[in-house]
Amino acid sequence: MTATGVTKEFNRRTIFRDVSISLSQGESLAITGRNGSGKSTLVKVVAGLLSATRGKVEYAVDGKPLEIENLRYHIGLVSPYLQLYDEFSGSENLELLSKIRSDVGIDSGRIQQVLETVGLWERRSDYVRTYSSGMKQRLKYAFAVLHRPSLLILDEPTSNLDHDGIAMVKKVVDEQKKQGVLIVATNDADEAGWCSANIELGKH
Amino acid sequence: MSQFSGTYALIRKDIHSELRTRYALNALLMFVVTAVATILFALRSDQPTSSVLSGLYWVVVFFTAMSGLSRTFVSEEERGTTMTLQLVASPSTVYFAKLLFNTVLTFSMTIAVTILYMTVFSNAFVIKTFSIFAGTVVLGSLGFASASTIIAAIVAKANTRGTLYPVLSFPILIVLLMTVMNATTKALDGEEFTSALPDFQILVGYFLAMTGGSYLLFEYVWKD
Ligand SMILES: Nc1ncnc2c1ncn2[C@@H]1O[C@H](COP(=O)(O)OP(=O)(O)OP(=O)(O)O)[C@@H](O)[C@H]1O
Ligand SMILES: [Mg+2]
Repeated sequence: MTATGVTKEFNRRTIFRDVSISLSQGESLAITGRNGSGKSTLVKVVAGLLSATRGKVEYAVDGKPLEIENLRYHIGLVSPYLQLYDEFSGSENLELLSKIRSDVGIDSGRIQQVLETVGLWERRSDYVRTYSSGMKQRLKYAFAVLHRPSLLILDEPTSNLDHDGIAMVKKVVDEQKKQGVLIVATNDADEAGWCSANIELGKH
Repeated sequence: MSQFSGTYALIRKDIHSELRTRYALNALLMFVVTAVATILFALRSDQPTSSVLSGLYWVVVFFTAMSGLSRTFVSEEERGTTMTLQLVASPSTVYFAKLLFNTVLTFSMTIAVTILYMTVFSNAFVIKTFSIFAGTVVLGSLGFASASTIIAAIVAKANTRGTLYPVLSFPILIVLLMTVMNATTKALDGEEFTSALPDFQILVGYFLAMTGGSYLLFEYVWKD
């Protein structure tokens, strides 16, 4: 994944300018900066959810350039802006989102596996409406890693999580660093330390 | 192929979600019942003409569609699931799923309104040319759903949601409204099927133009 000279403006106000990133298999990057410096915005641009005002982001999988239409099969995102459906249960959410994405090879076994990883298997049939905020955060992890994405992006990775939850996140992070690319947007020095590189926004 | 299965899965999700939350259904039902009851009281002693009746029929459909279908994207936006959808589905998957879902809703609603009208105005609302009526309801529902879908998508991104919807939809829907009213009057008056062909041409053209235009526009609306 490479981003070159990415600039984002909202209504002519520049949030960040000329950010360039290049990450390949096994590499990880922490995005840090004070509140409002544009970490979440950069994450959305990299995830293809927002377009950059200038500059471009490109992706390649196994050396082949990736069409933007196929990006969704290779990207996983945990973010406070991303919600799951309240009126469905945890396992229903994973199942229906996977079907909407038309994933191949995601069966109930895989869903069980990720729900166990995040510690929600016992509560899989309860509506998300009844989940606590930490449980919702855990479910977001299950959703993010379900399809074994090559690029995993975590925005505020440990918000609402307890000790166990943080340990679970560390496991997911270590796993991802072995088989793909990891980006973490955070204010926390510990979390930034999970990654091998760091960029700080908002220092112009 | 994946486009198709994704669209299908998203429609299923919407129907499932609707059956659980009754977000739109309750709004639609309340509106239909209140509107028809009001009209019934107002017209109790009069013998309305077929053009008045067909006008009142589509007024109910129009405002019900406005109150129910406007929620399509707002409900995703309010719950913060818009980005989740953007992450898992292409804009065209989302557009066609929402369009089809709205078509199903509108169509069920017109059938409900029809049954209500035939019951409460049993001697005035008599469909004499069924083929014209059926064609009008099908094509009209498609047109309404198509226009409502793109308007709902635009409105969900705006801050002044409540007021913007009827304001935006009136100019877009006026052509459609006039045509369906015209055709329905013909069905009530028992005219020949061929007399409604020009209306059908307009309705088909309207649906195709509206859907084609929306499809092109949707990506920009959906992804800010
Ligand atoms: N849709 C938007 N329209 C206009 N301005 C926006 C929009 N989204 C974000 N901003 C602005 O962009 C800036 C960066 O926001 P962003 O959410 O990326 O910050 P952040 O670094 O993630 O902050 P935090 O540490 O609080 O999570 C803020 O000043 C915010 O006001
Ligand atoms: Mg943020």
